[in-house]
Amino acid sequence: MSDVTAEGGHGAVPTGPEVPVEPKASTARRDWPLYEVFVRGKRGLNHVHVGSLHAPDDEMAVHAARDLYTRRNEGVSIWVVQAADITASSPDEKDPMFAPSGDKVYRHPTFYEIPDNVPHM
Amino acid sequence: MSAPTLDRPAAPDEAALQAQFDATIAADHRIEPRDWMPEAYRKGLVRQIAQHAHSEIIGMQPEGDWLLAAPSLRRKAILLAKVQDEAGHGMYLYSAAETLGADRADLTDKLIERKQKYSSIFNYPTLTYADVGVIGWLVDGAAICNQVPLCRSSYGPYARAMIRVCKEESFHQRQGYELLMTMMRGTDGQRAMVQDAVDRWWWPSLMMFGPPDDDSPNSAQSMAWGVKRHSNDELRQRFVDMTVPQAAVLGVTLPDPELALDPDTGRYRFGAIDWTEFKQVLAGNGPCNDERIARRRAARDDNAWVTEAATAYAGKHA
Repeated sequence: MSDVTAEGGHGAVPTGPEVPVEPKASTARRDWPLYEVFVRGKRGLNHVHVGSLHAPDDEMAVHAARDLYTRRNEGVSIWVVQAADITASSPDEKDPMFAPSGDKVYRHPTFYEIPDNVPHM
Repeated sequence: MSAPTLDRPAAPDEAALQAQFDATIAADHRIEPRDWMPEAYRKGLVRQIAQHAHSEIIGMQPEGDWLLAAPSLRRKAILLAKVQDEAGHGMYLYSAAETLGADRADLTDKLIERKQKYSSIFNYPTLTYADVGVIGWLVDGAAICNQVPLCRSSYGPYARAMIRVCKEESFHQRQGYELLMTMMRGTDGQRAMVQDAVDRWWWPSLMMFGPPDDDSPNSAQSMAWGVKRHSNDELRQRFVDMTVPQAAVLGVTLPDPELALDPDTGRYRFGAIDWTEFKQVLAGNGPCNDERIARRRAARDDNAWVTEAATAYAGKHA
């Protein structure tokens, strides 16, 4: 025999793991995870982040992304990923995270002086 | 052997963060979601973006009313695509608001509880099919004037959403103008219908730019932060200057006897706007405020079972 509760204003109802629970209308939508959407504009280009949407599962997220972000042939391929699964660097672009590449000027071709009379370089 | 621990810098103090934020704004660089930002900047943006998103969603209703009464399959397909775009614009904007920590279901609740506003223009009724054309021409035309500068808004996700919106808005305006040109080539009755729609929508369209500059409480800070780029009055003037020649080509009269070209400035002078009406409509007393909110509430509540079913299905297949 399950426990009984009157919480929710529907009269006394049984509770417990075996009783299906109807999610409250106002909270169901909030439970849909947030997906970030990436679209490949055409063959030869990278997927680019275009925005986000909520969907109940991965497949629905792809369908919703098609309707929302490619109504005018803006893409040939869509990636969706749950926002919670993305790991990001610290927000600050002056962060020490990016400092190591700042002083390595020798990684750029302009670091090397080549006489003007050397062709094709 | 253990790896050396990384040196983590101490968290910068608020003054340093503020200085960095100010420098980003001063350099006309974009603020991105994970940057530090003043609380007032965040709140102001959520208010503006939510209001903008709500306008797109409520804006589906006046034109949606004509979907089942479109005069041809061609017009119906066009109108359907346009109303679908408005839904899309709302979604781009809610997506931008969420990067600021807002919750989109919560924003919808606030709209339905009238705690957040939407554009006053959508509280007017669409009485004839000419209204569909005039909304595309004038209302979307005014929206373009407002939105093009927002493509350079200081908040990155808002600016990017606006770029997407503006690309699609051009179709909206052109389909409206073409619809009106078609009607103007028709019968006297059709021409009268177009003129009547112009008479009803002209002044509310001018009100879309918001209160005059000396009575716009949020404008100065918004401009300083680069969220807004031009004042309400400047954008309104631009819209009038763009629209007068379009009205002449169409062959309609704009309902303002004071409308005249100022030879010194090359810009059009126009009559006084009835700000009492604007405030009344914003306060909830426009012709359709109650109907618009009631329908949005019904869409949320009556369709809740669909979202619940999808959640349940996802749960079973997880």
